[in-house]
Amino acid sequence: MQRRFVSIWFCQLLADWQLIRRPELAAVPFVFAAPVHGRMMITAVSALAAAAGIEKGMRAADAKAICAGLEVLNDKPGRCEKLLRALAEWCIRYAPIVAIDEFAKDGLLLEVSGCPHLWGGERAYIKEMVLRLKSKGYTVRLAIADTPGAAWAVARFGKVSPLVASGEQATALLPLVPEALRLEAPILAKLRKLGFYQVKSFMGMPRSVLRRRFGEGFLLRLAQALGTEQETLVPVQVPVDFQERLPCLEPIRTPVAIEMAITRLLENLCTRLKAAGKGLRHGILTGYRLDGQLVQIAIGTNAASHSVSHLLKLFKLKIDHIRPGLGIELFILDVPKVDDVAAAQETMWAVKPGLDDQGIMRLLDRVAVKVGPNVIRRYLPASHYWPERSVQPTFSVTEKPAAAWRLDMPRPTELLPAPVAIEVMALIPDHPPRFFIYKGVRHQVVKADGPERIAREWWLEQGEHRDYYQVEDDQGRRYWLFRSGHYTSEKQFKWFIHGFFA
Amino acid sequence: MNTKSELVHKLQQDILMWQGFKPAAEGRADRIGLGAIEDAFPGGVFPKGAIHEFIAVCPEDAAASDGFIAGLLAALMNDGAASLWISTARHLFPAALSAFNVATERIIFIDVDTEKDALWVMEEALRCKGLAVVVAEVDALGLIESRRLQLAVEESGVTGFIMRKDTRRMASTIATARWQISPLPSVLEAGMPGLGFPRWQVALLKVRNGIPGSWMMEWAGTGFLEIKQALQQDDWKSGEQRQIG
Repeated sequence: MQRRFVSIWFCQLLADWQLIRRPELAAVPFVFAAPVHGRMMITAVSALAAAAGIEKGMRAADAKAICAGLEVLNDKPGRCEKLLRALAEWCIRYAPIVAIDEFAKDGLLLEVSGCPHLWGGERAYIKEMVLRLKSKGYTVRLAIADTPGAAWAVARFGKVSPLVASGEQATALLPLVPEALRLEAPILAKLRKLGFYQVKSFMGMPRSVLRRRFGEGFLLRLAQALGTEQETLVPVQVPVDFQERLPCLEPIRTPVAIEMAITRLLENLCTRLKAAGKGLRHGILTGYRLDGQLVQIAIGTNAASHSVSHLLKLFKLKIDHIRPGLGIELFILDVPKVDDVAAAQETMWAVKPGLDDQGIMRLLDRVAVKVGPNVIRRYLPASHYWPERSVQPTFSVTEKPAAAWRLDMPRPTELLPAPVAIEVMALIPDHPPRFFIYKGVRHQVVKADGPERIAREWWLEQGEHRDYYQVEDDQGRRYWLFRSGHYTSEKQFKWFIHGFFA
Repeated sequence: MNTKSELVHKLQQDILMWQGFKPAAEGRADRIGLGAIEDAFPGGVFPKGAIHEFIAVCPEDAAASDGFIAGLLAALMNDGAASLWISTARHLFPAALSAFNVATERIIFIDVDTEKDALWVMEEALRCKGLAVVVAEVDALGLIESRRLQLAVEESGVTGFIMRKDTRRMASTIATARWQISPLPSVLEAGMPGLGFPRWQVALLKVRNGIPGSWMMEWAGTGFLEIKQALQQDDWKSGEQRQIG
């Protein structure tokens, strides 16, 4: 199928936007200005100001001299891009791929292949777009052609018809000025100097001649407009492969109805996923409310799934988060992340229990959706002696331990989050303490083992080593104490308690 | 009369089954190595599909309970099943578990912020038949919550362990067994320096349809070892002290 592109040019984007927000400015000429090297330079001009002879790029002070009563408004950098992005997202209703015009930054490019017939043909399609945008307050010019370049050119400089029939882009380009080819200013100046005022005056020239004079970029632009070179658009929202829509006849407000809507969406989605051999990993449900607001909930799974009942359970946990307001009129279920799903084996006997049990996976999915995915972790042995680093948390359920757990040195079953300083009396340096005071309670040490010296890993951090002792007091309670660093007389409180043994 | 007593006996057996007690298997195949403690349970079988409560007020008791639970986990998980450890403020050090023969990598830790979430996760987990044990450190457990947990385990047969620090609300749960583990001085062979194997006083404060008692246990490197001392030992069927719950 021949690809078709629409170029939308917002003739006075910022001025129109300002007029929508402040209709009282309709009778006043106004401009936008931003400081450049300490001077206010005009960045956008309203229709009235343009009629008075003010152009983009003038100094604001000069413009005020030309036109009395001119209102100069501050322009914020990035405002134009933000506005275009919002308009692009609005335009997704017309075509799935909408890109911001990166060359002029005052328009949009839409790939509309296969879309116009839904509006009753290209003429009606374009008319609908122009009227809708006009009713919102934007002055636009549109063109539709086989290439983004030709559509861009005709939208801005075309004088005959916005509809360029398939394969006719060369003919449409012939009478236009060279600016229509999206060229840089130095090349344009050179063309004008050589007397090329229309595209037709140089289009037939040999490529080698043009390349020598104007460079490779010029030839690329020409080829893009003619369609001999492909041009890729960068869409503002990448369309996802798996998406389901559910428009509602009546706006939906109750949780029960929302659940029914989700069930309907999931049934369709899972049929498609199953046929493709895929499963959902990440899903986003968007509700379009009557008042124009969006409500979203998202779910994720640990293992790809295309089971309606399981996915519905996950969404049910989040239904409370949907605020339907006056009602939701459209549901869209996007699946940005899918994975291959292992074909479910029908087993007649119980499978071997383990971590990869499907029930556990589903349980973890529910926990991740309800409480948050970062609360679930497992611990694997890490190759460090330092107690705080000797276990390695992992968020994956399938990761296997790289090494075995060490059994040669005893470790306490309860470890304090940070060592707590204690008071200690030891008879001889480097001996275990005779007693220690922890939280105001004096513990008489009866049995002790140690020391086990654990040095800091110098490539990770600096500091004192620790000499760990296991001690047991007269009640039989077992503790893990350590002395930080060597014995010196200067420092106090060098003993700490770090854990409790079973 | 005869039929009536038979009927009562049958009914008693049924109730025991519903409460998660399996009848004693031939040859005592599914003992989990707790020795005499297992005889305190009805039928001499450690109830797997049930809720067990561990009372640990101070961190020393909690450490001892961790060790005892780790020993139980080793026995209950030895078929390769996974377990869940739910907590709001966990101090358990995973590196210690391997000393109790536990495959630590098969334990999934869930550290939530609120007790409400912890109870929700526990209830969901107890419904999941693929798990062996669900351990939860929660305090806010009342009668209603514990009933819900009991219903979940009756359906799935998963073992639930609850560790709690708050002793005030002890009476208000319907746990099948209530334990208290406290550390005891370790014993070494005469003249040897250092510390011996961990030794605990294991008190079964409450056991439904069984006999409460207190035992001295040691983790002897590979399994539990009961330290015989002058402690009362009764056959569960004979005693008047048998609790009805």
